[in-house]
Amino acid sequence: MNAQFIVDGLIAGSMIGLGAIGVTLTYAILRFANFAHGEFIAWGAYLALAVVAAVPFGMVPIGPFSFGWMLPIAAIAAALLTGGLAILIDWLLFASFRRRGSATIIMVIASFGASLALRSLLEFVFTSKPVYFTRELQIAMPLGGGLRATPDQLLMLGVTAILVIAVHLLLTRTAIGRQMRAVSENPVLARLAGVDVRRVIRTVWCLGGALAAGAGVMAGLLVQIRPYMGFDLLLPLFAAAILGGIGSVPGAILGGLLVGLCEALAVQTVGAEWRAAVGFVILTLVLLLRPQGILGKAAT
Amino acid sequence: MTAENGPRRNDGQAAAAGPASSRVAGWPGANGQGTRQNSVPALAVTDASIAFGPLRAVDRMSFQLDPGGMLGLIGPNGAGKTTMFNLIAGSLKPDSGTIAIGGVPVQSEAASRRISRGLARTFQIPRPFAGMTVLENMLTAPQGQTGERLLGNLVRLKDVRRQERAAVERAEELLEFLQLSRLAGEEARVLSGGQRKLLELGRAMMAEPQIILLDEPAAGVNPSLLDFIIDRIAAINARGITVLLIEHNMDMIKRLCGRVLVMASGRLLAEGAPQDVSRDPAVIEAYLGGAPA
Repeated sequence: MNAQFIVDGLIAGSMIGLGAIGVTLTYAILRFANFAHGEFIAWGAYLALAVVAAVPFGMVPIGPFSFGWMLPIAAIAAALLTGGLAILIDWLLFASFRRRGSATIIMVIASFGASLALRSLLEFVFTSKPVYFTRELQIAMPLGGGLRATPDQLLMLGVTAILVIAVHLLLTRTAIGRQMRAVSENPVLARLAGVDVRRVIRTVWCLGGALAAGAGVMAGLLVQIRPYMGFDLLLPLFAAAILGGIGSVPGAILGGLLVGLCEALAVQTVGAEWRAAVGFVILTLVLLLRPQGILGKAAT
Repeated sequence: MTAENGPRRNDGQAAAAGPASSRVAGWPGANGQGTRQNSVPALAVTDASIAFGPLRAVDRMSFQLDPGGMLGLIGPNGAGKTTMFNLIAGSLKPDSGTIAIGGVPVQSEAASRRISRGLARTFQIPRPFAGMTVLENMLTAPQGQTGERLLGNLVRLKDVRRQERAAVERAEELLEFLQLSRLAGEEARVLSGGQRKLLELGRAMMAEPQIILLDEPAAGVNPSLLDFIIDRIAAINARGITVLLIEHNMDMIKRLCGRVLVMASGRLLAEGAPQDVSRDPAVIEAYLGGAPA
């Protein structure tokens, strides 16, 4: 076995973890599994691509990286736009179901519908042909112990760490974070305690969408951009969110890293064709053995 | 029918409440200002009614409460007291009648809007956010903070930090006032029933209310804690916060309230000083089962 799977797994896990944060927050606060979340990843990548394509400069590689200064700007713009898109989808679709007090299964099915619509729209506008932020080649640097990683990969790991810490601090040290946790625990009580639940819901969508865009840009930079990129990540996203414990941001990232490592290990040991099965196996095992996940709290 | 709070029974008691009841920064009246500066009632309920099917849970209730006053609301189980609270707090909307806070009609406003107008409440069965710490529970209540907005946390970090520090300081002072300081870092699920009542009182106070609705603060509380709760309510009222109190414990009512309203079958049955209404034959009849409970 080659230890390189650790680097590969951590990088894949970072992308999964960032996406899983949105899944876990949406699930904890709105109490339904949003199957459209994967599309926010793809939309984030394409929106960043659109910004990069619209500005004919700023993509000359900086230092050891494969991209120019325009990509971080495009990523921030894509995060804002994807956050806005998530709020728009909620306003157009899920909010009306909430007002009617619709059952969870209706919300889930609606999210399937939203997922199909968003993906089809991407295919319509951008076609199914894979595209890239940059075609610069990067040589992986030796990290010691036989491990190698490209500068882009190492940067993405660092960015993921910063984003996760920032979200964790937001949830634990700020008023909106506490309100999100309060709504997650008891929405009725939170409303009676003076929490603006609608604002909390908007914040969750915005934050989830923005982080999904981050994962999309990362995936686009390290792999490729295509309309199905988010859909293909959906099962690992849910596996990571449930493995980490629903509602837990550190849990989502830990779950993402574990799923990523297991996927990379599976590629090395049983073959790349089994990679997609890893998320499903982890999801099944966690639900059977520890439904509250690693960092989640058991229902009392 | 109108009832204004009479001479407040707690005036002397609050002064004698001891050091812990004296100064909490930012409280209304914390600088010794009077409590009856405004002629507009803090709370005015006029002909409020609500029915659930054939049951008229609250039937043309009217009363007023002056700023800084304390009024007891008593009555047998099922009299409509908590429903009256729900109408005032905004959990329910009246079928008819008006509810005004500081002279502003609020009967069609959402509960959260009424909180921002300075109304806070506690519940008969205290409901903390069990998975959050006692301090975090307190910090969910402050209104209008910059940190409540995602963008505010990104672009106005200095304001967020300043407000956060102020909120934590105030929460810690209130926890000390309520003798919950040692539990600040514990999850609220570990609190006893009485401690949960105190936490709810603290959370309500964190919203810096002008009016506070207390729903049976003595229910299920052991006698040793009861005196402490009475003392804290008196101290809160002595700071100029208007209090409307539902309670079955007549000793508590007599110690805190100069005037009470008695409800039965959704209607105002009697009003007056606690010792007077407790001798009123109609009230005795209602409590002993003469009127439907």
